[in-house]
Amino acid sequence: MDFLTLIQVLDSTVRLATPLLLACLAGLFSERAGVFDIGLEGKMLMAAFFSAAVAATTGNVWLGLLAGIASSLVLSGLHGIASITFRGNQLISGVAINFLAAGMTVLIAQDWFQQGGRTPSLFSGGRFEPLNLPFSDSVADVPILGPIYSELLSGHSVLVYLAFLAVPATAWVLFGTRFGLRLRAVGENPAAVDTAGVSVVGLRYAAVMICGLLCGIAGAYLATALQAGFVKDMTAGRGFIALAALIFAKWRPWHALGACLLFGLLQAVALRFQNIEIGSFVIPVQMMDALPYILTVVILAGFVGKAIPPKAGGEPYVKER
Amino acid sequence: MDKMPKWADVVLIPLISLMLAAILSALVILGIGEDPIAAVKLMVSGALGSTYGWGYTLYYATNFLFTGLAVSVAFHARMFNIGGEGQAMLGGLGVALVCLYIPWPHWSLALIFASLGAAVFGAAWAAIPAYLQAKRGSHIVITTIMFNFIAAAVLNYVLVNLLRPEGSMDPATARFAETVHLPSLHELLAPLGIEFSKAAPANVSFVVAIAACVAVWLLIWRTKLGYEIRAYGNSEHGALYAGISPVKITMIAMLISGGLAGMMATNNVMGEAERLVLNSTEGAGFIGIAVALMGRSHPFGVFLAAILFGFLYQGGAELALWTSIPRELIVVIQALVILFTGALDNMVRGPLERIFLAIRREKA
Repeated sequence: MDFLTLIQVLDSTVRLATPLLLACLAGLFSERAGVFDIGLEGKMLMAAFFSAAVAATTGNVWLGLLAGIASSLVLSGLHGIASITFRGNQLISGVAINFLAAGMTVLIAQDWFQQGGRTPSLFSGGRFEPLNLPFSDSVADVPILGPIYSELLSGHSVLVYLAFLAVPATAWVLFGTRFGLRLRAVGENPAAVDTAGVSVVGLRYAAVMICGLLCGIAGAYLATALQAGFVKDMTAGRGFIALAALIFAKWRPWHALGACLLFGLLQAVALRFQNIEIGSFVIPVQMMDALPYILTVVILAGFVGKAIPPKAGGEPYVKER
Repeated sequence: MDKMPKWADVVLIPLISLMLAAILSALVILGIGEDPIAAVKLMVSGALGSTYGWGYTLYYATNFLFTGLAVSVAFHARMFNIGGEGQAMLGGLGVALVCLYIPWPHWSLALIFASLGAAVFGAAWAAIPAYLQAKRGSHIVITTIMFNFIAAAVLNYVLVNLLRPEGSMDPATARFAETVHLPSLHELLAPLGIEFSKAAPANVSFVVAIAACVAVWLLIWRTKLGYEIRAYGNSEHGALYAGISPVKITMIAMLISGGLAGMMATNNVMGEAERLVLNSTEGAGFIGIAVALMGRSHPFGVFLAAILFGFLYQGGAELALWTSIPRELIVVIQALVILFTGALDNMVRGPLERIFLAIRREKA
């Protein structure tokens, strides 16, 4: 493999890792606060549709982004009502949200655009354009470093940079602020937080809403930056890969970045090479597709380090009566 | 104790949840500018108005019976098996291998061994998450989700690289032999003098599915093992104290669950397509979740819920055919059913409990 191919693969790694990273950090906030969320996929899908639909109608991609975030927040609110207020089963609620998004997006898309459940293709203005970092053209010819700067680091949409900035931001919020301390405590021992006079319900809703915000950006990125428009089921399991990455990262922000880049790399390689030949041995493309899931199962089984979720995760908090 | 009578818990709550889901679905139909009453009429006439419609309704119901039973057996042991889809896919592989490589003299013999093959493959696919939950403490929900995706990749690989007949482009196996053709309801009912549509795919698997319902009922409520499963599901600590092994119950409940999900393939792979194609399960594994929730994990409830979802599926297909309402309407209805019966259970239960309490106070 020559140097240019390597750069191109890494470049698409960054592109493909971005939605995973945003969704993974979304899940991180929610699960650190003790609310399991397998509805990441559904929220991303809903956001992808509404961002593309509004961007296509208004021609303004920023309005699209806002609409995407708003729709994802609505689903987050639903998850919050079901799992925090009514103390329902968080997993079942997540499953319902995934189905709701899968059905509603196609239903609304068909009614709105009559194109078989997709939105019209987005043109400039309706899409996030690549951002060229300063001097990227002039240094492109410098050997090794030039392509790295102009191909790999430059030329992504603003949401990619936002996603990468979200990693230190998440780490700071969770581990450097009082809010983050309380949020983590609510996922480990809600009774203690309650005793301290801090609202468990309020904190959990805050976490679930941050989750919705980040999923909204992830979905908008899919439909208005990575691709130009919404198609049915376009998240294609990314919400679940993000969930896998979250477990892989053991619920830690910087590790989440690593896990998402790894899973992004797997997707990029599978996309570009199909079957990979190593000597006489061929790794089929299906193996690359399944690898994130297999790795997660292995991690969950504790064969490579133990993944211990927040203690109060999945449990609705009931005040002692 | 502010308890409700049992009938309210078993009948009233699911009915109210279902009504809420129906009202919201009607609002959705109104929202996209169609008439909900006309839509319901079209669905009823399309799904139940002819033996053709019934044939499809019962065909879908057969799928949902198997996956619904699968989810409910796991529910009894307080495990949430989201892996029905993957287990059913692998079940399809079991059926295909049995049907392709063994020359069966008669369909009845083939059906028995194909069911066995399907159950073994489905159970094997459920065994790994079950083992990891029982022995290593990995969360069964997450592992079964992951196993759905891994199953899709495995099946894709097998169909593209191993089972595809030479010269064929689409990722599917060869057609099964004529001798393993399962009799359709038309062929079963004709000797009794009952006219049934020839075109519909409902077949003898429906009878097998009903037998499975009875078997699950016997197992859960009439055997020691069933008692142990329910005891474990109600209280892990109590079960442990009573000498019930959590590892054993987790494994057995998931093996039965996976086996039932796998057996769905006798209907869709052997009975309908008569070859294994990609995505033959068409999401039936997931609908099993809604079916089990609605049916309160009781085989009879699962039966009713499976027929209801069979009706929704066929009715939804008719809607998509004759109106501009896409098939995905069923997915929305399914989501609402799962939401109300599964996640928002307390929203319905809370006010109901208060009403019953008030009535009881008045009487006292």
